[in-house]
Amino acid sequence: MVLFHSISGALRAERLLMAEGLPLKCVPVPRHLSSDCGICVRIDRADEVKAEAILRRGNLEHQGVHPMEPEGP
Amino acid sequence: MIYLDNAATSWPKPEPVYRAMDGFMRHVGANPGRSGHRLSIQAARVIFETRESLARLFGVDDPLRIVFASNATEALNLVVRGLLRPGDHVITSSMEHNSVMRPLRGLEEQGVELTVVRCSVDGCVDPRDFEEAIRRNTRLIVMTHASNVVGTLFPVSEVGAIARRHGVLFCVDAAQTAGAYPLCVPSACVDLLAFTGHKSLFGPQGTGGLAVGPGVEKVVEPLIRGGTGSRSDSEHQPDWLPDRYESGTPNAVGLAGLGAGVQFVLSRGVEAIRAHEEELMVRLIEGLRAIPGVTLYGRSNARDQVAVLSFNIAGIAPSEVALRLDEQYDIQCRPGLQCAPIAHRTVGTFPVGTVRVSPGYFTTGEEVDVVVRAVWQIARSG
Repeated sequence: MVLFHSISGALRAERLLMAEGLPLKCVPVPRHLSSDCGICVRIDRADEVKAEAILRRGNLEHQGVHPMEPEGP
Repeated sequence: MIYLDNAATSWPKPEPVYRAMDGFMRHVGANPGRSGHRLSIQAARVIFETRESLARLFGVDDPLRIVFASNATEALNLVVRGLLRPGDHVITSSMEHNSVMRPLRGLEEQGVELTVVRCSVDGCVDPRDFEEAIRRNTRLIVMTHASNVVGTLFPVSEVGAIARRHGVLFCVDAAQTAGAYPLCVPSACVDLLAFTGHKSLFGPQGTGGLAVGPGVEKVVEPLIRGGTGSRSDSEHQPDWLPDRYESGTPNAVGLAGLGAGVQFVLSRGVEAIRAHEEELMVRLIEGLRAIPGVTLYGRSNARDQVAVLSFNIAGIAPSEVALRLDEQYDIQCRPGLQCAPIAHRTVGTFPVGTVRVSPGYFTTGEEVDVVVRAVWQIARSG
């Protein structure tokens, strides 16, 4: 999960990452990660380094990357 | 009907604007970015796409630096009231709209020093006068991009370069130009560009905003604070854009319409829109100039102005001319002072004002000819 300061930030990330062909999904921020009522971007763990590089190039600051365990059965 | 009041609000709008607003109300409608469900994300995405289109139009890299407000007036208030403190000095021109003059006069009463650079009688400014007015405590130059009374274009790049050289912030009121005249915000050294949505960007009323240059948000306080959907655990306003300046539920349906309007501008191209309006202005100026008893104000040269023209007919009050145009010829225009008393003082038409005609992208050359004939008949009848 990549968290951003605002929903606008998350949507800009969606744009930047999609333009580079990274699979992603915008989802509500999990409660245990933040009290924000907004959304965050879920990407594959394997794409983390690439995603960070894309966001850096786009000059878009994020609020942290949080590994998530696969959901239970 | 011939609608020549586009400088107040453009009408009609491109078809996609109506469709976008209807579609938003029916199929999206949710509160943007507050709840995280799909409709809420979709609403936020519509607004984000409007930011993106505006960023593209203004040459701004980061769409998050486009901040929305309800109109250019609110954006200008945000800039001057968010930045200036007693003891600071601000410079403006003598062709400004009251959206600039009234907030500045209000601040002057609170101890902000104000210099109004005099413009010539045809509404032009000499950039050097701005440079000469700069003092040690000057924080801001705020200037229109084009006069809403006579249409005169202002030397934005030249004044921007002066402001940058002296470390003074530069704010431009683009109410009359955004969408109608090309402007690259970063290369013109504009730190803050105030725009309105309902004129040449073809959006609905109640939309507008500000393009905020890098780092400017560190020195401009928000006008309004409140819920942003971000950092809900904090009782303090976020310091990032656009949330710093956008509190409360936005005019999402309006921004959906604005997005479609800006897309229309981008698809036609500002240069093509400008070329069409310049052609109309050549026709209008030539036609009106030839009528005995008609006085044109400003440069009266299509190349030096946007599609705004002020005139008077000798012996007939502007309001009477406008009434006859409306009732007898079904032509809509705007008489009076157009909320810009200082501009009328500059061009010598205060307090009577002028008849202002403002064609738009959807005006045709034939309609301009009809207007010229109507003015000719009114002038002849006396």
